[in-house]
Amino acid sequence: MSIIEIRNLSVTFASQAGAFNAVQGFDLTVAPNEVVAIVGESGSGKSVAMLAVMGLLPWTATVTADRMRFGEHDLMALSAAKRRQLAGCELSMIFQEPMSSLNPCFTVGFQLGETLKTHLGLDRAERRRQCIELLQAVGITDAERRLSAFPHQLSGGMSQRVMIAIAVACRPKLLIADEPTTALDVTIQAQILDLLLRLRKETGMGVVLITHDMGVVAETADRVVVQYAGQQVESNTTRELFRDPHHPYTAALLAALPERAQQKLLPQIPGVVPGQFDRPAGCLFTPRCRFAFDLCGKAAPVQAGVGLGRARCHTPLVTGTPQRQKVSA
Amino acid sequence: MTALIEVRDLRRDYAVKRTPFAGLTTIQAVAGVSFDLAPGRTLAVVGESGCGKSTLARLVTMIEKPTSGTLKIDGIDVLSVDRAARQRLRREVQIVFQNPYGSLNPRQTIGSTLEEPLAVNAIGPAAKRSATVHAMMARVGLRPEHDRRYPHMFSGGQRQRIAIARALMLRPKVLVLDEPVSALDVSIRAQVLNLLADLQSEFGLSYLFIAHDLSVVRHIADDVMVMYLGKTVEIGSRQAIFESPQHPYTRALLSATPVADPEAKKERIVLQGEMPSPFNPPTGCSFHPRCALAVDHCRIKPPSNELKHGRLVACWRV
Repeated sequence: MSIIEIRNLSVTFASQAGAFNAVQGFDLTVAPNEVVAIVGESGSGKSVAMLAVMGLLPWTATVTADRMRFGEHDLMALSAAKRRQLAGCELSMIFQEPMSSLNPCFTVGFQLGETLKTHLGLDRAERRRQCIELLQAVGITDAERRLSAFPHQLSGGMSQRVMIAIAVACRPKLLIADEPTTALDVTIQAQILDLLLRLRKETGMGVVLITHDMGVVAETADRVVVQYAGQQVESNTTRELFRDPHHPYTAALLAALPERAQQKLLPQIPGVVPGQFDRPAGCLFTPRCRFAFDLCGKAAPVQAGVGLGRARCHTPLVTGTPQRQKVSA
Repeated sequence: MTALIEVRDLRRDYAVKRTPFAGLTTIQAVAGVSFDLAPGRTLAVVGESGCGKSTLARLVTMIEKPTSGTLKIDGIDVLSVDRAARQRLRREVQIVFQNPYGSLNPRQTIGSTLEEPLAVNAIGPAAKRSATVHAMMARVGLRPEHDRRYPHMFSGGQRQRIAIARALMLRPKVLVLDEPVSALDVSIRAQVLNLLADLQSEFGLSYLFIAHDLSVVRHIADDVMVMYLGKTVEIGSRQAIFESPQHPYTRALLSATPVADPEAKKERIVLQGEMPSPFNPPTGCSFHPRCALAVDHCRIKPPSNELKHGRLVACWRV
């Protein structure tokens, strides 16, 4: 059985300028031992969707979903107190900026022990023993001495290791990693990704990896969900998605990668991601789409079948050509 | 062909206090870098944070003075000429910074930002300057009527276009690009890279392209220089560096860069540990604590750049 199942998740923020739909119609299932990547540009709602799962959104946000199940728990029906017990224990998250996610006023050992104390109720000696074990498991040398280090004494890669140690302290079933390596150098990024994949193998946890780096996706994820302006535009296995992208946005995104370029000029996507006030009618990608035709600007497309990567497009691409005959369906 | 920029054994030291009570210690941010940049070429400088690549950018643009070494721009030694000549040379080398959110003055309109370099250097009659500004805005893909807008009204990609336009106002020969696309989204990144390629062929610019993203470097660079802890470890043509990297650090860097192709099978060299602190750099070769090939000799004597396999490489084991 899948660890988490989300159907039709929407998040709306109440703002002074009216309601803003940050995430619409988001679906996600993650099986044990599976790495699912959520890819998208800034403002595509990938972090907001996961914060909604964690229950970490501010009060201005309204979260609705047809179904949001985590293990046996229905997250929509759960009380706030119950959700707090889940978060950080069975369901945990690491963030982009390791330097600013740790509290600068407390030692690494204290912050790591806090999780163990709150969720597992371990005594002091046992906590210390487990803390050392955890730091060793995430590849921190000299773990015993590091327990009394403050966050400013650690490098970026080291801080991210500590964050991961905190996140996996209670053996979570699902780990959400929100751009865990974006702030790090490539050689450190390789270390951290290796660590995440190793921990996944050892514990069998599911991993949701939020990223904008297609290279990271290709090397780590089993399945990919592509987000654009709050909508899920495509989801497929990693291999299929890179081999034959079905949504024009995914195709354009892959084509714009320098390493896939054939000539000096990259095939670029014109324009920018629509903001809160200039979202077009119909398909949100219409103004930037190479294949757009009159229907695209009028009606919002529905998701295609699994064979077409659940592409949210009127004419999903097959090997780069749009399939127009499906328009009427 | 004469080099537009000729750098020989350039060094920059900083005196810093590690704690409020300690005395000053010297760290070498750039510790002896040499390279040539030919007209119309792109030299990419690659390395991890703390390797001195941004300090190098500041030296080349004359924002800072090197501690020692020579820096020749257009054949003129920057350190030995008088102030007026240095002022003139400054026009030839302009810079675009990484973060377009921090590099534009939020209280200055775009028009005035772009006009400022012309006004400061007293180029052209004042009345004609706004026309020059509009022409440059159009060239980088901004609408001329946007000249009264403020930076916050633009997206990241547009701001980077503004920063590029500002750098080009004085018609420099060299543009130093300090991570120009790393703060941008993938779809915007392609737009800015294309713009840079267009501008290079139109104005015959030379680029000193500082980056940590190797896929971008592979796309845009003619020559590549890899830096580690203030030193050059390998420098050569793009083909030499990407197709047969020789230095163990270059190899590790290449293998650590994720490739957007799930079918690709490659050997992965995961480096142990992190870059050593510049406060107490390792003896001998600065890469030896992380190097799989290190032998005793590497721990004692630092290697110098030598021509091996068609590129300069600083390693005892190559």
